[in-house]
Amino acid sequence: MNETGTQNETRSHTFSVLVDNETGVLHRVVGLFSGRGYNIDSLTVSEVDPVSGYSKITIVTSGSESVINQIREQLRRLVPVQKVSDLTTDGRSVQRELALVKVNGTGEDRVDAMAIGDKFQAQIVDSTTESFVFEIVGSSDTVDRFISEIMPLGLVDVSRTGIVAIARGAEEM
Amino acid sequence: MTEHRYTGGDIILKALTDQDVDVVFGYPGGVTLPLYDRIYQQNKIRHILVGHEQGGVHAAEGYARSTGRPGIVLATSGPGATNTVTGLVDAMMDSIPLICLTGQVVSNLIGNDAFQEADTTGITRAATKHNYLVRSTDDLARVMHEAFYVATHGRPGPVLIDLPKDIILGEGQYIAPEDVKPRNYNPKIKGEQEKIEAAVDLLASAKKPIIYVGGGVVNAGPEASHMVTQLVRMTGFPCTTTLMALGAFPASDPLFIGMPGMHGTYEANMVMHDCDVMFNIGARFDDRVTGKVDAFSPDSKKVHIDIDPSSLNKNVSVDIGIIGDAASVLEDILAIWDKKQPVIESAALKGWWKQIDEWRGVNCLAYDQGPKIIKPQFALETLKNALAGTDYYVTTDVGQHQMWSAQFLHFDEPNRWMTSGGLGTMGYGVPAALGVQVAHPDSPVVCVTSEGSLMMNIQEMNTISKNGLPVKILNLNNQILGMIRQWQELFHDNHESECDLSGGPDFIKLAEAFGFSALQINHPADVETGIRHMLETPGPVFLNMAVDRNECVFPMIPSGAAHNEIVLGPNHEMKTMDDKANVMA
Repeated sequence: MNETGTQNETRSHTFSVLVDNETGVLHRVVGLFSGRGYNIDSLTVSEVDPVSGYSKITIVTSGSESVINQIREQLRRLVPVQKVSDLTTDGRSVQRELALVKVNGTGEDRVDAMAIGDKFQAQIVDSTTESFVFEIVGSSDTVDRFISEIMPLGLVDVSRTGIVAIARGAEEM
Repeated sequence: MTEHRYTGGDIILKALTDQDVDVVFGYPGGVTLPLYDRIYQQNKIRHILVGHEQGGVHAAEGYARSTGRPGIVLATSGPGATNTVTGLVDAMMDSIPLICLTGQVVSNLIGNDAFQEADTTGITRAATKHNYLVRSTDDLARVMHEAFYVATHGRPGPVLIDLPKDIILGEGQYIAPEDVKPRNYNPKIKGEQEKIEAAVDLLASAKKPIIYVGGGVVNAGPEASHMVTQLVRMTGFPCTTTLMALGAFPASDPLFIGMPGMHGTYEANMVMHDCDVMFNIGARFDDRVTGKVDAFSPDSKKVHIDIDPSSLNKNVSVDIGIIGDAASVLEDILAIWDKKQPVIESAALKGWWKQIDEWRGVNCLAYDQGPKIIKPQFALETLKNALAGTDYYVTTDVGQHQMWSAQFLHFDEPNRWMTSGGLGTMGYGVPAALGVQVAHPDSPVVCVTSEGSLMMNIQEMNTISKNGLPVKILNLNNQILGMIRQWQELFHDNHESECDLSGGPDFIKLAEAFGFSALQINHPADVETGIRHMLETPGPVFLNMAVDRNECVFPMIPSGAAHNEIVLGPNHEMKTMDDKANVMA
């Protein structure tokens, strides 16, 4: 039996799931997670191959090793699922998230906000006399840090994409 | 050359014909009227008009389980579709291939809360292996053929196709099954050779083996069952089959030690607990089999062969997991065994059988048939004897009578035993018997049931008699929800909360009203005559048998207990006390 600590330890895993882009496919994947009691920490989905009609779903989840194995195999059981890769175990991966961050402020706060934006290489994609919208791209950790630094300067709204990820190196999915 | 156009209704019927479908269980409704109009004008496919769509699904399950071919259901939109849900989940849990066709409101009304509209694909997404909403009549033939492929490949299951009325009325192209480009859904059939070799070596080296056979073997076709039989007889190892696999190995063979699990035999559970090699073919380590997982077969190396990769290491970690179809893997196992000619541990095996025979000697299914009240076990043992020598099929409902049937009836061939295993659906038995009898019109088909379950799909008795089907229903009438009462007695201070069914309908009059011959048996002395009379009377027959309301199913592994904590029945307590008394005397 699985008595060892490593087996029961909860770890975060990022799955990349290539699916047929058909009605209800996202519902199937999400329903699998809710129906079997798995966590979804982040979820993104978009069509990636219009010719073959494939979409890619990136799911960040967490669980013990046996739960993670179940998630992988349960995903593979779904008929419209073409490929499942666990980017956490299958090798190294690049993970990115984009956030749009609205900051309201005037005077010194504006200057400070711009400085923080520069430090994080965030773009200003909209500005008025009393607001900025920053666009920041980076790891979730970077986005978290940017948001916490800019918060005291008048943060009013945040939209985040959730994580997209891809395996490093030359190999296809 | 102009392409021939067909109406959606004709495409559906043509696709069913090309998939060798001969019978559909259905119920018409507003949006499926155009399809029923086409059904009216053909005679290749037989339509059985059921009494309720849930009954239709269970009938299709009975048909599928007893033939190995997918069962077909046709229901209308809205309530017709929602009525199929329990049956679909039942088929999903027990891996039964079904195609369920549902009508849907006209495409441009979808989402408008139209009359008899329901989000059928949304509702059944978790109740099916896969489902489709057809959006163009040109796509209909492809979807139909793909649905058959998905339902029958890999781990079988129910597939639903939702058909808006305009799709049925519209025109489109037809493509034959062989012209449908196979979808990228290719379950692995052939097991990894290295792992199979390792599994054979492990099995051959076993000193205390058990071959544990599950429903996957039945789903892999009769040949898989025959190969299991060959493997067991060649090795001389003990064999146990799960509730879903009764008949996959002949119950009459001395190497068969009964069913494992909560109400399995003492010997099967002790063997599962004490074995050193557990060789699981097509079973899924269901919680009703394993009991407390932490204490499950603690000292064994385990091999698990399953077509569904998610079944491996789901409930129990195994040493060798082989993904593949049971028939294909068994073929490889037999070939490897034949090539290697391994020497088995004969001396150890002799000791193992000696131990097993001691456990068998406990006679765990013993019951005390007194002179007055009929014991359900006695009724089923009598039924077993009366059926002997015929190629019979049995369906059950869910509860005590189901477990006693599993314990006392014997099956020597697969596909002869139809029961709701995973979902435990009361109301399965009567419609399943309908489906089985439609598939096997000349074979004896018996439904063993009890009043609680019977009442849940009793309307299908009408379908049975209307179609002249000679189904025999044995109602073990104990005036109570027996399994509920048993658990209340054992675990809830005997509080008989809401399980009393006394004062129910006059089942004899009811059966007669449904067109059955009916008879009542109340005394143990009349049991055999009654059962023979039921089997020998032509046409549909209903036997209402008054049985002991206070009987419990034993042995029993209480929920969450280990196999070696199995509880034997009161007869054994008495026996033990008698033994003590003898010692003291």
